[in-house]
Amino acid sequence: MAEQKFVWIGKPVKRIEDQRLLTGKGLFIDNLRLGPMLHLAILRSPYAHARILKIDASKALKQAGVVTILTGEDVVKMTKPIPVGVVNPPKYYCMAVNKVRYVGEPVAAVVARDRYIAEDALELIDVEYEPLPAAVDPERAASRDAPLLHEELGTNVAWHRTLRYGDVNAAFSQADRIISLKLRFPRFTATPLEGYGVIARYDETTGKLTIWSNFQGPWSMYAVALSSLNYPEEKVRHIVPPDIGGGFGVKSSMYPYIVLVALAAMKAKATVKWIETRREHLMASSSHTDRVQYLEAAVKNDGTVLGLKTTIYDSVGAYIRAPEPGTILRPLGNFVGPYKVRNLMIDANSVLTNKCPTGPVRGFGCPHLYFGWERLMDTIADTLGMDPAEVRFRNMIQPEQMPYVTPTGGIYDSGDYPKALRLALDLIEYEKCREEQKKAWKEGRFIGIGIGVGVDPSGSNIGYVTVAIPPEVRARKDYLPKSGSKNRARVRLTSSGKVVVSIDSNPQGQSHETTAAQIVAEELGLKPEDVEVDCSMDSSEFWTVSSGTYSSRFAALQASAVALAAKKLEEKILKIASYFLDARVEDLELKDGYVRVKGEPTRSIPLRRLAGAVEWNPSQLPKEIEPVLEATAVFDIPTLKPPDENDRVNSSATYGFSAEIAKVEVDVETGVVNVLKFVSVHDAGKIINPIVVDGQVYGSILHGLGGALYEELFYNEEGQLLAATFEDYLCPTAREMIKDIKIAHIESPSPYTVLGSKGVGEASSETTPVCIANAVEDALKPLGVKVRELPLTPEKVWRLIKEAKKSL
Amino acid sequence: MRGGYVLKKKVKVKVDGVFYEAEVEPRVLLVHFLRDYLDITSVNVGCDTGHCGACTVLMNGVSVKSCQMLAVQADGAEIMTVAGLAKNGMLHPLQEAFNEYHALQCGYCTPGMLMSAYFLLKRNPNPTEDEIRRGIAGNLCRCTGYTPIIKAIKAAAEKMQSRR
Repeated sequence: MAEQKFVWIGKPVKRIEDQRLLTGKGLFIDNLRLGPMLHLAILRSPYAHARILKIDASKALKQAGVVTILTGEDVVKMTKPIPVGVVNPPKYYCMAVNKVRYVGEPVAAVVARDRYIAEDALELIDVEYEPLPAAVDPERAASRDAPLLHEELGTNVAWHRTLRYGDVNAAFSQADRIISLKLRFPRFTATPLEGYGVIARYDETTGKLTIWSNFQGPWSMYAVALSSLNYPEEKVRHIVPPDIGGGFGVKSSMYPYIVLVALAAMKAKATVKWIETRREHLMASSSHTDRVQYLEAAVKNDGTVLGLKTTIYDSVGAYIRAPEPGTILRPLGNFVGPYKVRNLMIDANSVLTNKCPTGPVRGFGCPHLYFGWERLMDTIADTLGMDPAEVRFRNMIQPEQMPYVTPTGGIYDSGDYPKALRLALDLIEYEKCREEQKKAWKEGRFIGIGIGVGVDPSGSNIGYVTVAIPPEVRARKDYLPKSGSKNRARVRLTSSGKVVVSIDSNPQGQSHETTAAQIVAEELGLKPEDVEVDCSMDSSEFWTVSSGTYSSRFAALQASAVALAAKKLEEKILKIASYFLDARVEDLELKDGYVRVKGEPTRSIPLRRLAGAVEWNPSQLPKEIEPVLEATAVFDIPTLKPPDENDRVNSSATYGFSAEIAKVEVDVETGVVNVLKFVSVHDAGKIINPIVVDGQVYGSILHGLGGALYEELFYNEEGQLLAATFEDYLCPTAREMIKDIKIAHIESPSPYTVLGSKGVGEASSETTPVCIANAVEDALKPLGVKVRELPLTPEKVWRLIKEAKKSL
Repeated sequence: MRGGYVLKKKVKVKVDGVFYEAEVEPRVLLVHFLRDYLDITSVNVGCDTGHCGACTVLMNGVSVKSCQMLAVQADGAEIMTVAGLAKNGMLHPLQEAFNEYHALQCGYCTPGMLMSAYFLLKRNPNPTEDEIRRGIAGNLCRCTGYTPIIKAIKAAAEKMQSRR
């Protein structure tokens, strides 16, 4: 798009939503008071893997205040298995049926007059289990002799495909060296401070079901819930309140609980509320996969990577559920990252393990992907005696190649990757850091510098996941291809001359009320405070399968829809004003709440008057003018097509970039890693609100830091979760947050979005974990320590140092 | 005792200047008393184990995590929540600074975070950055990365100092 002068876009406008949140008036799900409500509590499996021999709830049912109890028996009768987009999936219900397959799996649910009574009654339910051996490690779970989670499948590999792009064999035969690596990426999650919450009301007189939840979308997952409920869409209304206490992808996987609470409401013929506890959240909400990954790169002696072969064992937990195998496929279009590699072989396995089922978490698939690439790049540099930055520059896609089509079908819209990395190197004073490092090593101190770069996809093409289905199945006539990533906005001029906007992104802290107001104010010549933005969602008004806030889609897609709707409204306003002012539309301008004839200050009409006239006296308008000052726009990007017959897909609408560098010091006595300095450079196209963007970058770095050093949903050999409270699942506090952080931006506008903007909120969580991992290995280079897994807890680092010293 | 007759206890508290009285089972947590009996829903629950600090309030001037106390323990106490921060419709300097520095995103940790910050500044009106980090180490925030919160508290402290 052409350079434009903006009044509001790009300005650090203070947030509109803060006023209610700062005074404790946020309308979160648990704050809704909806008349008489019953409360639900869930009995969960203490075993990772066991047969359920008997459930006896008779004692619990006799408790005063207990209304009804739901078990797997009801669930099989009342619902269909929850659908997922792979061939021959294991049956997944909202509650365990005959067998439990992970610690925390729902076994029964009590509906009672209050939550205390419901929790008491859980203790009176008698469940007899026959414990079975557990499958915990995904690579071992994929082997023939592993305990089977779902006997009817005959294997724990829920999904497998080998994807090939370019000519991998040729690349490997031309290589000077083959460099290989085996890595483990841990299971961690985002733990929004507010857990899941669902309230369901069943009206038996009409058969109508009303659901309130803090679901974040994608609403395709709501469609999945409806399918399991086997209930017609028209009979269900789903409302999401305006405030959600954080989502980070985790709240897209709450749909099994939407089904569960809806069933409970149907059985109790009442309104039933369930608010998740933190323990429930850590055991049984969602997380991203833990992964074992083999990488093999065909490399020239100058550092050029000719091709990559990789085998992935992704631990999807006890059931493969939608949108898995998304952890592997969601970043398919950007699978090569920022590099020019054209030849790829991906041996992909989603493996069932006795752990909680997985789903999107901030960065969905990219933290894993770049842990692989960026560890590999450092290993290549190390093997060839090159500087890690140099290897990256050698392989980077150049700005003049944009838009760049990747071998996997991604269309990188814009960006200058070398410039961003160069800026990051300048900001950390890279050469100086290297000098300092040499000096430190001589003094027996261990300072390291680590780089992490990555292409950050935003606005998921809902069709990406259909790569899970073999092309010959997708080619069948009866197959419905999937593609696109729509968002919708409606803009209405009120009788007071102000504007009301409704959007379908239902945010969880992403500041959409402010940024949407900035966009509308920009287009209509108003101030942001003249624009009211409604962020709640109500399915009875509008939803599409791609509604919601996930995959950093606002700046790319929702913002475009808002801008287009505002432009449409402007056209309507000017058309009607031209009638009142007796002037040509092209001579009019919209500013400060007035439509004016350009250059003639006396000929003007206030928007309030215009709206009043249209509302109260429409008969005076010419017939061809529709008497309503409202406009709706739906935005999608035409490059988002279904995957082609060669499994190429443009999996995201836009692609940003992040280049991060960490300087760390490792205490070799204790294994403690201290991040001394951190630089984070982003290219997310045109920035709508810089304080909002930087805020999301800080938060995203914190998530990456947590994954790098502290957080893990650790399961032992028996499949017991050893981090089921915040006592053991270590979210970094203000004391752990890196003190010296520099954030910088370059802006390469996207040619495909209306404002040139792209998503940014997930980028750092994708590159920070590996960036810190690289820095730790770099610091410990004199000891020969190799970092192959996260999180780098003091204990783990200490052991690595000890083992390395032994072999020295 | 479960299944048996539970003797309810009368609890009388003053919250943000208003007196309340209710009968509760002795096992009811203070946070549930505030939320479910008094409908004071600004006090959020984030963890149940005392780690996240979303439920932080001031009891008789001291910050407490209201999920770690029974309502009966608060009988006769004076409690301050985030609603007690703003005076006569004017935001407290901490609230203003949180807006200025973008120290909140989803806003779920914010009431508890503000109470911890308020308590910190009451005891230490001019804290260093490290003291601020320590002062809010009992409050988790998963959105902001803390950096803007630390800046906001520092700025509020300076503003409050200059007003003195």
